[in-house]
Amino acid sequence: MAATIHPPRTAPSTRSALVKAPTGIRGFDELTGGGLPHGRATLVTGGPGSCKTLFGLEFLVRGAEEFDEPGVLLAFEESATDLTENVASLGFDLAGLEADGRLVIDAVRIDASEIVTTGEFDLDGLFIRLAAAVQSVGARRVVLDTIEVLFGALGDEAIVRNEFSRLLRWLKDHELTTVITGERGPEGQLTRFGIEEYASDCVLVLDHRMRDEIATRRLRVVKYRGSAHGTNEYPFLVTDRGLRVWPITSTALTYAVSTERVSLGVPQLDEMLGGGVYRGSTVLITGTAGTGKTTLAASAVDAACARGESALFVSFEESPDQIIRNLRSVGIDLGRWVDDGLLRLWGERATAFGLEAHLSAIERLLEESEPAVAVLDAVGSLSNVGAEAEVTSAVVREVDMMKSRGVTAILTSLNHDAQRESSSVAVSSVVDTWLLLRNVESDGERNRLLFVMKSRGTAHSNQVREFLLTDHGAELLDVTVGARGVLTGSARLAQAAEERAAAADRSAELERRRLALERRTAEVDAQVAALHAQLATESAELDRLAAEETRGADARAADRERLARRRESGPADGRSEARDG
Amino acid sequence: MDANGPAHDDGSDSSPMYELRLYLAGHSPKSVRAVENLRRTCEEYLPGRYRIELVDLLENPQLARGDEIIAVPTLVRKLPEPVRKIIGDLSDTEKLLVGLQLRSAGGRQ
Repeated sequence: MAATIHPPRTAPSTRSALVKAPTGIRGFDELTGGGLPHGRATLVTGGPGSCKTLFGLEFLVRGAEEFDEPGVLLAFEESATDLTENVASLGFDLAGLEADGRLVIDAVRIDASEIVTTGEFDLDGLFIRLAAAVQSVGARRVVLDTIEVLFGALGDEAIVRNEFSRLLRWLKDHELTTVITGERGPEGQLTRFGIEEYASDCVLVLDHRMRDEIATRRLRVVKYRGSAHGTNEYPFLVTDRGLRVWPITSTALTYAVSTERVSLGVPQLDEMLGGGVYRGSTVLITGTAGTGKTTLAASAVDAACARGESALFVSFEESPDQIIRNLRSVGIDLGRWVDDGLLRLWGERATAFGLEAHLSAIERLLEESEPAVAVLDAVGSLSNVGAEAEVTSAVVREVDMMKSRGVTAILTSLNHDAQRESSSVAVSSVVDTWLLLRNVESDGERNRLLFVMKSRGTAHSNQVREFLLTDHGAELLDVTVGARGVLTGSARLAQAAEERAAAADRSAELERRRLALERRTAEVDAQVAALHAQLATESAELDRLAAEETRGADARAADRERLARRRESGPADGRSEARDG
Repeated sequence: MDANGPAHDDGSDSSPMYELRLYLAGHSPKSVRAVENLRRTCEEYLPGRYRIELVDLLENPQLARGDEIIAVPTLVRKLPEPVRKIIGDLSDTEKLLVGLQLRSAGGRQ
């Protein structure tokens, strides 16, 4: 009992007097605002196979590896070898940590059949072992798994209770952050021997139940003195990297938003959305079967890779090879991006695992690939896995995961009823852009229509467009509105032909008129020229007449002069002069 | 289980030697009582064929792991096998005898 007393390593938080020891269990620290109460004991209780031992072990391993807090495990149920082997698959190297002096595993074997009690005793033996172990590595964390074994094995319950209480005081005095595991008792009791009354600071309940043949695990914080905590049941999962708790309420709306637009790979669609969708936003593509949801999503991936960005394509319906083959038929070659290492294709049947396993797989893919654009095709497939509310919450968490990483997410979802514009998974409220694809049947053929249901923060087109899958990718066409409404397919082509014919007629008429006008212009020009000519002729005549007149006047003046001169030469001239006057 | 015979097997040449180890933590009243009770019982029921080793865990804490000691006082019957453990100050002689398998549980009074 001579373990040295260590000062608390963690500095008190500025907001709360309660110091917390992070467990390093993904999601759990988020849920509890920092982890377990530092220097106190936490009871983790649950039925067989509820992962309470694993919780304790991860608390120790993460403590030693990530928070520089060595730990001690007193294992009452399993041997150190068994424990080491059981958690090796989770990447926990217990033997390595022990060799490094960061962990002590003391497996306490109590065989009730070889034990008899007579008279008074105490648990100093256990205290001494624990103290020696704590001292040997300077432990800050202790896990007692499952200490209730003592109650069954040692008979005298009053003494064990008293000693247990003394043990907790001792742990607290030494500021050891402790996890005590307990077996769930019958009829709603938290533990079989009621030890929850000693663990007054924090109590967690782990639960493991089957629903629709799929195992789901839940964690609940029953009690956390002096700390706010969520009271819901939180799903958790055993992944190959330890536990993963999914705090639904962590969906805090605190994403960094971008004003950058990214193309969805179909220029006409980008145009409808005012230049593409915002980077890091979420696009939902819904539609009935065969409307081209996957192709549209693949176009966006293709565009992202063409920009040199990395992308992730998760399919719950097709294998990667199948996706590549099928998309090649519409001229989208995803294979080259896979070869370039830009694209990660991941196919998995949604029914293969539970929802939490699915979430965990997605999270892992996001962490590994760090994509700029990610496609989940199709989230509706998850409905096979869980109840509707659970699927919705899972998809919301997926959206959350991608948003918080700034990933432009494209979800596709099948809706069975073409008339209803609702998605089979009610997530439309959490997405930013919702594209609806629809088949319309007319004139013996089915054609596809695309409509922008909503696009947040975007002046988007209100137009319905025809969506074509060509051998060079997806294309959008302006729809032709005819007498019977929106025309698609051959009806559109027919209408277009008619329009072309009409246009041709119109242009011929125009040409005729233009020629007529030209002719008329020529005629008028000719007339004008003729008139000008006539005018010129007349003008010349006038000049001639004027010239003649001038000459006439001169002649008469000359005659008069001659006459006058003749009169001056005889008396007869006087008479003629008077006549002239 | 009855290789040692039911009770009072003293005197016989085939009688096994009892090798006993008593784990204690310091010199608490419980420790003192346990040592006294053990010595008295052995003298009475196993005269000449017992050996007692006292281990103080405060001095040798590492020894607790070897015999899986959690409570003190704990008496471990190392021999004859199988190993038996008797926890407590050994004040109940009947229980001690049952624990040492010198008397069967629920047997003769």
